[in-house]
Amino acid sequence: MLSIQNLHVSVGGKSILKGLSLDLPQGEVHAIMGPNGAGKSTLSYTLAGRAGYEVTEGTATLDGQDLLSLSPDERAAKGVFLSFQYPLEIPGVPALTFIRTALNAQRKARGLDEIGAPDFLKLARASAAGLKMDFEMLRRGLNVGFSGGEKKRMEILQAVMLSPSLLILDETDSGLDIDALRIVSEGVNNLRSPDRSMLVITHYQRLLDHIKPDKVHVLAAGRIVASGGPELALELEREGYDKYGIAA
Amino acid sequence: MSLASAIRTRDLNELPSRRDEDWRWSDLKALIRVMPDPSPAVQTAAANPALDGVDAARILYINGRLVDGDRIAIPATGKGAFVRRFVSATAQTAHHVDAPVEVGAGGRLLLIDSFEGQAAGYLASTTGAIRLGEGATVERIVLIDEQEDAVSVARFEVQLAEGASFSQTVLASGAKRQRFETHVAHPGGATLRLDGAYLLGGARHSDQTTVLNHEGLSGLSSQLVKGVVADRARAVFQGKIIVAKGADGTDARMGSHAILLSDRAEVDAKPELEIYADDVQCAHGNTVGALDDAALFYARSRGIPDLQAKAMLTAAFVGEVVERIGDEAAREMARAWVETKLAGLV
Repeated sequence: MLSIQNLHVSVGGKSILKGLSLDLPQGEVHAIMGPNGAGKSTLSYTLAGRAGYEVTEGTATLDGQDLLSLSPDERAAKGVFLSFQYPLEIPGVPALTFIRTALNAQRKARGLDEIGAPDFLKLARASAAGLKMDFEMLRRGLNVGFSGGEKKRMEILQAVMLSPSLLILDETDSGLDIDALRIVSEGVNNLRSPDRSMLVITHYQRLLDHIKPDKVHVLAAGRIVASGGPELALELEREGYDKYGIAA
Repeated sequence: MSLASAIRTRDLNELPSRRDEDWRWSDLKALIRVMPDPSPAVQTAAANPALDGVDAARILYINGRLVDGDRIAIPATGKGAFVRRFVSATAQTAHHVDAPVEVGAGGRLLLIDSFEGQAAGYLASTTGAIRLGEGATVERIVLIDEQEDAVSVARFEVQLAEGASFSQTVLASGAKRQRFETHVAHPGGATLRLDGAYLLGGARHSDQTTVLNHEGLSGLSSQLVKGVVADRARAVFQGKIIVAKGADGTDARMGSHAILLSDRAEVDAKPELEIYADDVQCAHGNTVGALDDAALFYARSRGIPDLQAKAMLTAAFVGEVVERIGDEAAREMARAWVETKLAGLV
């Protein structure tokens, strides 16, 4: 269960989140929708622990444990995974090496043994096949020369292999054509599980046609201003964000 | 003016100083106030397990003397692989050695040159002419693993013939003052790769200086020098390319890129192009910066701890140089060497 209470965050001295509160029970999928500049990416970076996102007030806990005092890698080991809106390219580090390093670092932090090379490769092959990815791409530098869709697929592949308990999807639909959107959404839907919560952050409703949320929250001007069922996303699609005081 | 002549004559005035333009970042005169005694003859040196992975004949120099093996002379169409160690074994002494290499027409040579310090505060000077006959191929990997309070200067003159191919990768971890100079006479119609990497911490200094003369038609050259500098260390890269009049069709590429891991680390890079021919392609790029914060955060957000993420990203950065090594065993050896050095920096 992710619980955020009265979260205030500044970036470069500018106040972006202004008292955001949100409860995401285990096993549920919540969407956060909002206009540009509402603070959607700030929320995802703050939860992942990026430097420069200064929490001035409020709390965020995962299963009762304070997240905000942990380093980004400690949060990952606790089960936080952010699927980036703009995944980074890391030349010289093959995707397989990157993911294996991450997986073993997380296992080590949890007091588990490292995963051996044969088991890891088996997991990688099965996970890549599930996302219809060419396995050879995993031998190349991570995301180097990948299309937008391939990068997003690589994010989901990492999520599948790292198996987080909290998956934050930051604008995962951006830059995807309809086929890529379907494949990525299928990958995400396969990750739905009673032990995993998901926060789907998006500007547009179309992603929610593929990933059905249990709840929808509207983020505007740094706060959750409305919450409801999936029908709220459709209403936003029809009527825009105007009634929340900010134009889309 | 050189460390070699200063050691030979015991005259400190022979040392190059900051007044010499190409020594301004690697001043020896201000550094060396007393010429140490000549290094004594020593017959044995501790083994170097870092070199074990390469299947090659061994040549051993200790304190500037050849103690095992012979000078390298590959006959025409011959083939050879050598690991040549230059060991400084006696503290507070000075030595110089000339170690030439000859490769006949069509010959092939894999050469690993390992500079090793096994004592404190020595001065070591090494020179050598490397001559390649027509169509000869040489791949050379240089490992510089000197003591932090030592001075080590090497200068090699490479002479290429038509159709020859010379590939060099210098991996340096610096010293109190450490300089590796490579001068290449490129007749055109030959292929040259002149790479380097430096991995520096503490108060170490490392200088890679190259002077490349493109003298004939259609010469190819490619240079990639990358480095990681931590603490108060200082790296120098001076890369001069001269394309002579008439050396048309020359294609020369040079890249120099560094990552600084601390505010007090320093890189002095000086690419110089002197072009006297008309139809020439020359490109050079030069960057110095910090480790990419966004990439670091990305890796950490996946659970990789800070130090491990930095080590991974810096190894990948320098890895581009190592990946250009053609010989597989030598490449593996170089990769392990770089990893070991980086582990001490980040």
